[in-house]
Amino acid sequence: MAILTKEEARALMQKVLSYSKADECEVNLSGSDGGNIRYARNSVSTSGGTSSGSLVVQSSFGKKVGVATINEFDDASLEKVVRRAEELARLAPENPEFMKNLGAQTYDPPPATFVTSTANITPKQRTDMVAQSLRIAKENKLTAAGFLENSAGYSAMMNTSGVFAYNTSTNVNFNVTLRTEDGKGSGYASKGYNDVTKLDVASATRIAAQKAAGSSAAKAIEPGKYTVILEPAAGIVLLENLYFGLDARSADEGRSFLSAPGGKTKLGQKLVDERITIYSDPNDPDLPTSSWNGDGRPMKKTTWIDKGVIKNLSYSRYWAEKKGVPALPGPDGITMVGGNASLEDLIKSTEKGILVTRLWYIRPVDPQTLLFTGLTRDGTFYIENGKIAFPVKNFRFNESPIIMLNNLDALGKPERTVSGESGVHAMIPPMKIRDFTFTSLSDAV
Amino acid sequence: MKRRNFLYLSGIGAASAMLPGVPVWGNPIHPDELLSPVDVALKKQLADVALNAARSKGATYTDVRIGRYLNQYVVTREEKVQNIVNTESYGMGIRVIANGSWGFAATDKLDKDSIAQAAALAVSIAKENSRLLTEPVRLAPQKGYGEVSWKAPIEKNAFEVPIKEKVDLLLSVNDAAMKGGADYINSILFLVNEQKYFASTDGSYIDQDIHRIWPTFTVTKIDQKTSKFETRDSLSAPTGMGYEYLLPRPQDRISGGMTPLYKNRYDMLEDAKSAVKQVQEKIVAKSVEPGKYDLVLDPSHLWLTIHESVGHPSELDRVLGYEANYAGTSFLTLDKWESKKFNFGSKLVNIVADKTQVGSLGAVGYDDEGVKTKKWDIIKDGILVNYQAIRDQAHIIGLNESQGCCYADNWSSVQFQRMANISLQPGKEKKSIDDLIRGVKKGIYIIGNGSFSIDQQRYNFQFGGQLYYEIRDGKIAGMLKDVAYQSNTQEFWNACSAIADESDYRLGGSFFDGKGQPGQVSSVSHGSSTARFDGVNVINTARKIG
Repeated sequence: MAILTKEEARALMQKVLSYSKADECEVNLSGSDGGNIRYARNSVSTSGGTSSGSLVVQSSFGKKVGVATINEFDDASLEKVVRRAEELARLAPENPEFMKNLGAQTYDPPPATFVTSTANITPKQRTDMVAQSLRIAKENKLTAAGFLENSAGYSAMMNTSGVFAYNTSTNVNFNVTLRTEDGKGSGYASKGYNDVTKLDVASATRIAAQKAAGSSAAKAIEPGKYTVILEPAAGIVLLENLYFGLDARSADEGRSFLSAPGGKTKLGQKLVDERITIYSDPNDPDLPTSSWNGDGRPMKKTTWIDKGVIKNLSYSRYWAEKKGVPALPGPDGITMVGGNASLEDLIKSTEKGILVTRLWYIRPVDPQTLLFTGLTRDGTFYIENGKIAFPVKNFRFNESPIIMLNNLDALGKPERTVSGESGVHAMIPPMKIRDFTFTSLSDAV
Repeated sequence: MKRRNFLYLSGIGAASAMLPGVPVWGNPIHPDELLSPVDVALKKQLADVALNAARSKGATYTDVRIGRYLNQYVVTREEKVQNIVNTESYGMGIRVIANGSWGFAATDKLDKDSIAQAAALAVSIAKENSRLLTEPVRLAPQKGYGEVSWKAPIEKNAFEVPIKEKVDLLLSVNDAAMKGGADYINSILFLVNEQKYFASTDGSYIDQDIHRIWPTFTVTKIDQKTSKFETRDSLSAPTGMGYEYLLPRPQDRISGGMTPLYKNRYDMLEDAKSAVKQVQEKIVAKSVEPGKYDLVLDPSHLWLTIHESVGHPSELDRVLGYEANYAGTSFLTLDKWESKKFNFGSKLVNIVADKTQVGSLGAVGYDDEGVKTKKWDIIKDGILVNYQAIRDQAHIIGLNESQGCCYADNWSSVQFQRMANISLQPGKEKKSIDDLIRGVKKGIYIIGNGSFSIDQQRYNFQFGGQLYYEIRDGKIAGMLKDVAYQSNTQEFWNACSAIADESDYRLGGSFFDGKGQPGQVSSVSHGSSTARFDGVNVINTARKIG
């Protein structure tokens, strides 16, 4: 569906609420228009344009609640989805954890999440950008596979108790893998922004090309503990398991890496190196995010880890009420504070170590120590005396971001980074880490 | 009451004018409406609008998918129902070839003008893309089937089962776990119904009705002294069945081992009672000594190893490089297949692809590009003999027709090659689980799937499970914890030394196999009997943090 203006969204949601016969009703409405182009084997493969919308209706009678969603917006469908949510609510047993509607909220002015030039990207523009990337691949006798997508969307929320929230956003993401013709070298680059004018497809492709050519004929070195430099695209996939895991309830319940003996938590304790500070800020000009979260609570700047100390945990409205604390929504738009050093500076300062471009297939192994496993991919290099000496074969690692951030050697300058696992953007510095644990070798290129 | 009565009232002067005979009617809709499918005649009319519009813009091939996707989730923890959710998504995806290139567009507005606009957008995207084409798309021939239909052979439609019955089941499971000494239990019932209609310029109009069900739970136990905790997940499998999956029958229970195991039907209550005992055993279990062990792997565990190490590398799109930027490529390169002697596994290893297996997640009558489904060999007596392909790839491996592996997870997603059900065939000799364990001097018996990770070419993997039992001199010697095994795909399958017989054959599977950009999920089953793998490297995963 087309992107509804604030007033159109308001009118549609008011109509939905007008059908409600429940004690309370809450409506979330969203829609997006977008397009993408995918290429592989140096040629375009699949691509397309999608326009879609979704309406989520939550109805409640006392503490009995039901939810129904639909993507049709004629009056009959709107009424149908309300009736369906009410029917489910009537059939549901009481949920003692159900929280009554939020009352009217005040939100900060919307951050600059919507950029018109991104919303206006045409299929021709996408094809032109991909043509630049393919040209660089062919000039370097490399095989490209990549993906470019853009979207413009809105989300809105209204309830029968006075909440009305609305936000628009645009996104453009580009990522590319270049491989040598013999399949022995592979390089990767990934960029994502709200504003397409910040996206330099050619420059990202050139980085991937250098990594591909440079990673060919990698040597096998013994797995074990090594000093590593994690580029932001490698670091983010481990770090996001830490900063999206700062949940009070699971810590209080004793089933989190933040749980402590005797029913206590590690809130207020120093958990990682004192150089680690992680915050979220909806108004960060490099990474603007929505001024409200999915359940209607305002999003404010929040420090989660301050100089290595766990400063805040997120609380659902229910858990906050039970614990008698403010209900703090979980983070969006994360920044991990770094320094001014560039990636090159970190390499120069390293006597012996391994440069990691990307980590892949990250899965939890042990939730109580936040141990994760996964592999290096698309450019892994041995560093000797401040220089990249030779490419090395990929490793499997078993490592915890908490152990990793206690073995911190140096931080570089944060940059906007897209997670290859979750797709979420964050400001992440390159990191130099001691004693990173590689447990086996992989033949994969 | 037919759904056609209210569906196309949106923006709808045009639609009703275009579709004579569709009454415009706007009374309130009862939730049971969920159960009435969209009228097939109406879908054919909508599909023809798209086919004609694309052809008029210059498409040389078009297919149209009209999908109505229904999900229901019942989410509980302990004595509480946290949420009951019904979702519905309805729309149309149009895929075309123009100037030799693919184009795709999707819309959730199904009036004549919106459909024509989406068709035109798909054609214009294809024409733009053709500037970057190195070789025009080559489709394997496919005959049109005319107007046909296929329905999953379910016994009891889970969407027709009253919510109360589902809630009562989950709460009784939770109650049993809590009474047994669990600190927490989360349980969920996922239900899926895909009502999808496919039409193409080849002359097929295919209406299909697909059902899936997945009941699952996680039991947690905390050791208050040390604040360590352990979990045990359900040993259920997501299946392509109706609610009958949750109605246990004695003949589907495999008993006598370390825990009751289930085929075809699942006893959720009994499994929860087992789980709460086992999670307490896990707390005090011995931490594994790292080293080489012979592994005896239950089908509730082995399905995921098959999925990652056999299913994915034999997908032809990965082999060819179409997934190089995301899901990865494959070590099973074409030269290995052409040699006809690539030794993927031991002679015992026979692996089939099967899109027809009753009760499996991947079973359909026709795939999402109108190809009738089938069964074929991937690994025969240990040798790589075939891949999984779709229409625009078939010629690359010398096939005259597609293998029917095309799937899109929604009307708004473009269809592409997805994994068929990939299953290890049972051993031909009569062998039980006990027979496999009896032959092991130093080993570990693993039940249930846990942590999993594999590299982008599918060589190096690491897997955990739910339950680990030490085997010493042919006998179970107690429970272990902190276990994960790491291996290389070819070494692992060549270390396969025994497979239990057909009586032990069971399906596991996943609702959420991820692939593609933008990412899509697919549901797929993997069958096997219990199998043994000799001399596999086991690591200890215990760590300490501050």
